[in-house]
Amino acid sequence: MHTLDHTLDEILALAATHFKVPREKLTPDDDFFKTLGIDSLQALDLLTRLETHFHVELPDYELQGVTDFRTLASRIQARL
Amino acid sequence: MNDFHGQSLSWELKDGVVEVALHRAPCNEIGSLTLEELEKLAAALPSLEQSAHALIIYSSLASGFCAGADLRELYHRSQEMDRAAALKGVRNYLERIHHVMNTLDASPLTTIAAVHGVTFGGGFELALVCDLIIADKMARFAFPELRLGLIPGFGGIPRLKRDLGNAVVRDLLLTGRSFNATKAHQVGLVSQVVAEGEALRIARATAAQLGKFDRRTAIAAKQFIKPIPYEELRREIDIFCELFTQPAVEAGLRKFVESTDAQPYLP
Repeated sequence: MHTLDHTLDEILALAATHFKVPREKLTPDDDFFKTLGIDSLQALDLLTRLETHFHVELPDYELQGVTDFRTLASRIQARL
Repeated sequence: MNDFHGQSLSWELKDGVVEVALHRAPCNEIGSLTLEELEKLAAALPSLEQSAHALIIYSSLASGFCAGADLRELYHRSQEMDRAAALKGVRNYLERIHHVMNTLDASPLTTIAAVHGVTFGGGFELALVCDLIIADKMARFAFPELRLGLIPGFGGIPRLKRDLGNAVVRDLLLTGRSFNATKAHQVGLVSQVVAEGEALRIARATAAQLGKFDRRTAIAAKQFIKPIPYEELRREIDIFCELFTQPAVEAGLRKFVESTDAQPYLP
């Protein structure tokens, strides 16, 4: 059973690895645009990596207004 | 003209393959300059077709294949003129881009779009004129036009209808959501999904394979299997122009142009 905490952990690890940010610097309530220093194109890149990692489809409109890792994890969790 | 180097795109003919590189930052938005250079390509095709068997179109920019029409240019130009003149300009632009797209679609060359990253709107439509789409696994496809109060205007809907089931077309068009390459492959839009950074290499390998076949047979096969929906393409221009006069379109374009949203590419 994939718990929300587990999903959140995997998102943080994936983001840290891909965007080369130390994992310990990322917290669930961070604004990932600011913390990762990404723009909209890189956000799409992150979306694709998350879809591939979790084997889910995450429609873009579900991410409207989502800026923190915790909410992002809940959106993914709803599709696992 | 076997080789061309422009400001938005370049091409070269090598070993029977025309390679067209898009390179207008930030993400190959199609404005008047790109259109002029695409028209040069369309005009050069009859000559290129004498020596080539395939054409590959790709982007040399890391950001993606193409983010679609240059909405900033469209907005600013339409602000400089009255509504009737703006509509006339839009129709003229659409007629010209359709001519390019139809020429590529009907080319006797076997055409391959090697795509990565953002492949949205007009960029998606450019890929759709090609016979094969080879996608980097990080490619994403979308038609976000409805949020501007418009429909795709470069032939996207008729060509999607030609290639895919209607339910998938409705999903892409009516939700404006983007598909990743794996999903695009599952629904039959993409012929091959490849590792990051490998789309052009695989496209070249595919083009080399195509060169082994008898040209006359390949051309006959393409003409037989790939009808061009001219009537629907004409209708698309009319519908686009009807919608373009709505106040919602100007508001949508202004919102996009003036947006400080961190996610302007997201539907």
